[in-house]
Amino acid sequence: MAIWIEEDAKVLVQGITGKQGMFHADKMVEYGTNIVGGCTPGKGGQTVDLQGQAYPVWNSMFEAIKATDADATVIYVPPPFAGEAIMEAADAFDTIKGEGVVVCITEGIPTLDMVKAVAFVENRPGVRLIGPNCPGIITPGEKGGAKIGIMPGHIHAKGRIGIVSKSGTLTYEAVAQTMSIDEGQSTCVGIGGDPVNGTGFIECLAAFEADPQTEAIVMIGEIGGNAEQEAAAWAAENVTKPIVGFVAGATAPPGKRMGHAGAIISGGKGTAEEKFAAFEAAGIACAKDPSELGAVLLQSLKAAGLR
Amino acid sequence: MNIHEYQGKALLKAHGVPVLEGVHCTTVDQALAAYDQLGSKVVAVKSQIHAGGRGKGNLYAPDTGDLVMEGGVKIAFAKDEVETYATNILGNVLVTIQTGADGKLVRNLYVEAGCDIAHEYYLAILVDRENKSVLIMASTEGGMDIEHVAETTPEKIHKISVDPNAGLLGYQKRDLGLALGLSGGAHKAFAKALSSMYEMFVSSDCSMLEINPLVRTADDGIVALDAKVSFDENAEFRHKNWDDLRDLSEEEEVEIRAKETGLSYVKLDGNIGCLVNGAGLAMATMDVIKLYGGEPANFLDVGGGANEEQVKTAFSIILEDPNVKGILVNIFGGIMRCDIIARGVIAATEALSLDVPLVVRLAGTNVDEGKAILAASTLNIHPADDLAEGAQKIVELIGGAA
Repeated sequence: MAIWIEEDAKVLVQGITGKQGMFHADKMVEYGTNIVGGCTPGKGGQTVDLQGQAYPVWNSMFEAIKATDADATVIYVPPPFAGEAIMEAADAFDTIKGEGVVVCITEGIPTLDMVKAVAFVENRPGVRLIGPNCPGIITPGEKGGAKIGIMPGHIHAKGRIGIVSKSGTLTYEAVAQTMSIDEGQSTCVGIGGDPVNGTGFIECLAAFEADPQTEAIVMIGEIGGNAEQEAAAWAAENVTKPIVGFVAGATAPPGKRMGHAGAIISGGKGTAEEKFAAFEAAGIACAKDPSELGAVLLQSLKAAGLR
Repeated sequence: MNIHEYQGKALLKAHGVPVLEGVHCTTVDQALAAYDQLGSKVVAVKSQIHAGGRGKGNLYAPDTGDLVMEGGVKIAFAKDEVETYATNILGNVLVTIQTGADGKLVRNLYVEAGCDIAHEYYLAILVDRENKSVLIMASTEGGMDIEHVAETTPEKIHKISVDPNAGLLGYQKRDLGLALGLSGGAHKAFAKALSSMYEMFVSSDCSMLEINPLVRTADDGIVALDAKVSFDENAEFRHKNWDDLRDLSEEEEVEIRAKETGLSYVKLDGNIGCLVNGAGLAMATMDVIKLYGGEPANFLDVGGGANEEQVKTAFSIILEDPNVKGILVNIFGGIMRCDIIARGVIAATEALSLDVPLVVRLAGTNVDEGKAILAASTLNIHPADDLAEGAQKIVELIGGAA
């Protein structure tokens, strides 16, 4: 087991004929992801060569899902068209299968497009949106696994730690920290750094809590909004597995957007201090330095009798 | 992206929201001509800068630092007062609660006709992250600091959440008007103004539209007396007019230059420059520098696929800051390969004849090749295996904790 994405999940790539889409599709195939084809409007019937093998391209997500029975899709479509790409995928999954996972990597989608797209997805309860502006989701397998996104596959290994994070490279850092104490990952989810996104921390925590493979959780937040505080309060009531946390941006000045569109302290709210305090109040073991995540996790595992 | 009040009001007017007549000026003579043109006995003379708290701010002479005038927004009852106020405002530095101690040089002025105010309200439209929807907030306590109202009398703030697929509905506008105690003509005028503001918010891709105060006039009209408008920069591709609205003098020049080369840079007050890939890791790098007693000089995210040229640009931007006494490079290679970064770092340090200590921490894809390249160079580059070690090393190299 893992969460949402099994090791052998069938995956489509939206924007597969574009530079980004093709580059990352190739990396996903190399990792062992079961890519079943892609979608680029107007290029249906063509094929794309990934790791020396031809993969089919469809004109629409309806066609692609009907033909492949895909479980998930990953979107590498440029920002002006990404909101609609999410809705197309959600509509097709909902209509054809009643379920599906939509992973959107694209950074820079207008916020009001995301407000619309998220409402559209939420009207289709079987469909899960991960992202946008995120590294994606990965479920490492015994050999290969399902890497749906842009993360470097080779740093991961199958294991029992669930990771959820708003940031890309900081997630890799967390992965490396689990590996430094000889622990692998069940699933790693990048929920993205935009102010309006799909899947949030709480849904990830709930899924990790329910997943038998996951025995402990690493949660990485950053300044802006109050998703971390809400998740911490929820975890205190609902999560029995050990959680280790970190929040980036303790030194960020107020009112300045720190790279991610959502990473901004506004009106004195959404500071790292607030979030660390919420984590601590919920019994989440905090690392003040991401290089200590491994040590803190090891301590938590020992305290829980898991090491 | 922020715009000035006078630009925000022009936009409001174009969308059918009532505003007072006003004239944008950049000289005292223009301000005097504006007074004659408006034909209003009482006018407001308003400093235009991208920061709030103008009314309660103070103006200082840029060369001497002497106080010139208290208050960046003035009510003039005669033409000679317009002259005094405009003279005191233009070319001087306005320091408000939001500008920081350095304040902002005032280059623009708005001279606006007066009106007969019966009551001041607060109204804002923004994106609500938690509910993932557009939120409209209104209060009877206009003209005040809304955060203070939210803390002391939260019951006086009324909120409605707009379903993005249904849009702003009639009953929502009526209910909000009633909650503000409006009736008759003012209630109708409010609903109409609110429709127009919502339409502007959506069609202009605003991230924030704040009217404080929105006023009811003595004759039951509704008028936007102030306008704070911010746009969602992600939507710039579909708004060609934003180029004309952008006031580059209000933005950090170096941050704009960084953005143009695909870098995300924010200047801070410390002395350790950082060069990192990824926004979250860049923030964490600053945090860890501070944790080990140093002070970060900047936030800098080179993004996921930086090339040698971008790394070089990043270095030169960091080094423009005279406070920088050392640099920490922290790269977790995913898509980005460590060997490419290592070559970029060497090329940049040679080209810029770097003379401050440099610590480089590499991890991830092709890390061994990257480290070997750095080790083989004759340059004075200090390697580090993890972030904590990197931060400790750079703090030590610049002479210990601040």
